[in-house]
Amino acid sequence: MKRKYKRLTFIGLALLLLATAAALTLSAFEESIVFFQSPTDIVTKPVSPNKRLRLGGLVEEGSVRKKDDAVVTFRVTDMTNTVNVSYRGILPDLFREGQGVVTEGIFVSGVFTADEVLAKHDENYMPPEVADALKKSGKWNETSTEMKNQGHLLGGGAK
Amino acid sequence: MIAEAGHFALILALFTAIVQASLPMVGAHHRNALWMSFDKPSAIAQMLMITLAFACLTYSHVVSDFSVLNVVQNSHSMKPMLYKVAGVWGNHEGSLVLWVFILAAFGSAVAIFGNNLPPTLRARVLAVQALISVGFYLFMLLTSNPFERVFPAAMDGRDLNPLLQDPGLAFHPPFLYLGYVGFSMAFSFAIAALIEGRVDAAWARWVRPWTLAAWSFLTIGIGLGSWWAYYELGWGGWWFWDPVENASFMPWLAGTALLHSAIVVEKRDTMKTWTIFLAILAFSLSLLGTFLVRSGVLTSVHAFATDPERGVFILLLLVIVIGGSLTLFAMRGPALRSTGIFKPISREGGLLLNNLVLTTGCAVVLLGTLYPLFLDAVGGSKVSVGAPFFNAVFIPLMIPMFVAMAFGPILSWKRSDLIQAALRLKTAFILTGLICAVILASLDHGPFLAIVGLGLAVWLFVATLVELGERVRLFKGPLKETFGRLFRQTRASWGMTLAHSGMAIVIAGMAGVGGWKVESIQVMKPGDTVNVAGYDYKFIGARQGQGPNYTVIEGKFEVTQDGQHVTVLSAEKRNYPVRQMPTTEAAIHSLFSGDLYAVIGDPEGKDGKFVTRLYFNPLVAWMWAGSLIMAFGALVSISDRRYRVGAPSRHKIKNVTVIEASGIGQT
Repeated sequence: MKRKYKRLTFIGLALLLLATAAALTLSAFEESIVFFQSPTDIVTKPVSPNKRLRLGGLVEEGSVRKKDDAVVTFRVTDMTNTVNVSYRGILPDLFREGQGVVTEGIFVSGVFTADEVLAKHDENYMPPEVADALKKSGKWNETSTEMKNQGHLLGGGAK
Repeated sequence: MIAEAGHFALILALFTAIVQASLPMVGAHHRNALWMSFDKPSAIAQMLMITLAFACLTYSHVVSDFSVLNVVQNSHSMKPMLYKVAGVWGNHEGSLVLWVFILAAFGSAVAIFGNNLPPTLRARVLAVQALISVGFYLFMLLTSNPFERVFPAAMDGRDLNPLLQDPGLAFHPPFLYLGYVGFSMAFSFAIAALIEGRVDAAWARWVRPWTLAAWSFLTIGIGLGSWWAYYELGWGGWWFWDPVENASFMPWLAGTALLHSAIVVEKRDTMKTWTIFLAILAFSLSLLGTFLVRSGVLTSVHAFATDPERGVFILLLLVIVIGGSLTLFAMRGPALRSTGIFKPISREGGLLLNNLVLTTGCAVVLLGTLYPLFLDAVGGSKVSVGAPFFNAVFIPLMIPMFVAMAFGPILSWKRSDLIQAALRLKTAFILTGLICAVILASLDHGPFLAIVGLGLAVWLFVATLVELGERVRLFKGPLKETFGRLFRQTRASWGMTLAHSGMAIVIAGMAGVGGWKVESIQVMKPGDTVNVAGYDYKFIGARQGQGPNYTVIEGKFEVTQDGQHVTVLSAEKRNYPVRQMPTTEAAIHSLFSGDLYAVIGDPEGKDGKFVTRLYFNPLVAWMWAGSLIMAFGALVSISDRRYRVGAPSRHKIKNVTVIEASGIGQT
């Protein structure tokens, strides 16, 4: 086989691989990309019931209730609107009232049924989407004062 | 005083690095021996300076000097000594000190052991290393000074994040960084080779051991991280396709491709441009990983509070390094001449296939990781790309490679015959068929992909052993000769056999836990029994306790199988008072067939009830055992004779060319 054809074989193989990857990517993108929504997004725009999505905001103070069979319910708020969330299982260690949270799941008869509550490793960490959602609803400053106080020492290192 | 000494050492290290980056580089260009000779002393001086800085920071942490901000934020007088030391790199500033410390250590290793390198190459390699160091020293001194003082000194510290007070995570960052930074060696050699305009077998023999070492460390680092997530987060999962995890996985994929293509450069004097590209890619992805983790631009389950200002600096560094090196690559890369030619069906062809699949897989992971960032930047919706995407795209791409992986080592260099190779593997086909039939008969259900995964694992494992058997002509001659051949196998080929069979074990573990994990969530009161995958978990009850710097609720489970005692599991829920932060410690008992895994939540009501999460994770421990075997295989490969004895220098090469050419067939 001439050198040229040898090369063509490999280029062909590489293209085949890339085409497979592209085809797999395109088919998976439709189904597996999860959109992030704030409580206001959900209240203002109707959500189709079986669509998986991520809901983020603050856990409303005093809203966490423990139900039977290891179910926990709470409300997620962006200080303008709230959404009821239900979750079965053990909540992450840093899940607290008044703090940022990101949950993933689907709507079942008006209640957001989460199968995943994203944990964080650091109490000063605020997921960027939650920060954005709060900024959008114009409530960022009120809620972030506490964050700033907590983050005071951490931020100080940068100056 | 100690902290100021450390700070001063850091500044001195910066200036030494500037000297190391400039004089040898210019000297090598003008063939000025005096200027070039600055490379070795400055590399060693830089290493001593940063070692001093690292030691000063460690000292401040060990003696709990609460007038140093970094210690105040990340330590506490009550913290156990292991975590006082691990706390040095368990934070942003300290981890950067560790980063450059490792970088300088690698650089001085070249300076000390590189006497047989051509002087211009060594000068350029060390200069490129120093350029990277300069970037990181500036980053530290301008945005993240670890030696900043607080006045007045604090009474006590704010403690290290309790999640990090764990043996797994104490050693995870050093290994990960040894891997990341290890790829800087391949990168520096690649850039130096582009400037020199030549890549040959001698070059590859220098690059491959460093790449193997980096890859081995990175494998252990990723394994430790995943193991930690498995037992410390208490979700029973071990890999979430989270951006922070992907950040370490991408350099691993590129590094795996690199260490295979470097073989081709060494043995066959071809695929040079591609290897240079992979070397640049592996290190660029390491830097990208550092950026993603340190900047907090992506929502990650593993994210810590970050400072955007720092993110911008790393992004700038990233653009300079990647942009600069790729520009150089575009200018000089095409001029590299390859001499070796080969047919598609050959050892080279197999290694190229491996490279193509790994880089395609790497591109997919990169796309999935950065897509949310891209969409956000162009003002689109906020999205997350999670496990379903990666499972649907990445896994199918890898399957053909694992099938081919068994064939690769049996193909001969230059040209080979697929049917001939298949015939040599016929024992492997028969054995795989038999084992798979037994497995299928004993499983009554399971997801298709997991069954395919188990089949692949069996195939790869068996074929790797059969290939070894073929190589030593097992049962084809007197047993004594076979043993003789077994002992004469090169370390490099042992390394390959170990690493490939380790990979098979890892795949088996992933398939097992992915396909047949059993999970059960419920509220239990003392005396309750729950059956999970044939094991009876009896909740004995929970009691309060006290650790060195935390309080603990300890829930005990007695596990029995058909009335036979198996083990007692003790799951903990700890609370660290300094940070008011709870952590979960899963109770795990590893069996050959899988892990018994229990977690308790908060108490429910007053009568001793707890939410419990019980799992049976089949074969999960195989993944970590397999990763260790892979990492060990790489280390065995580094110890190969050819990297130690007669390490090549260019003027010698001409004389040994003939011997080399005849030696090719054996390895």
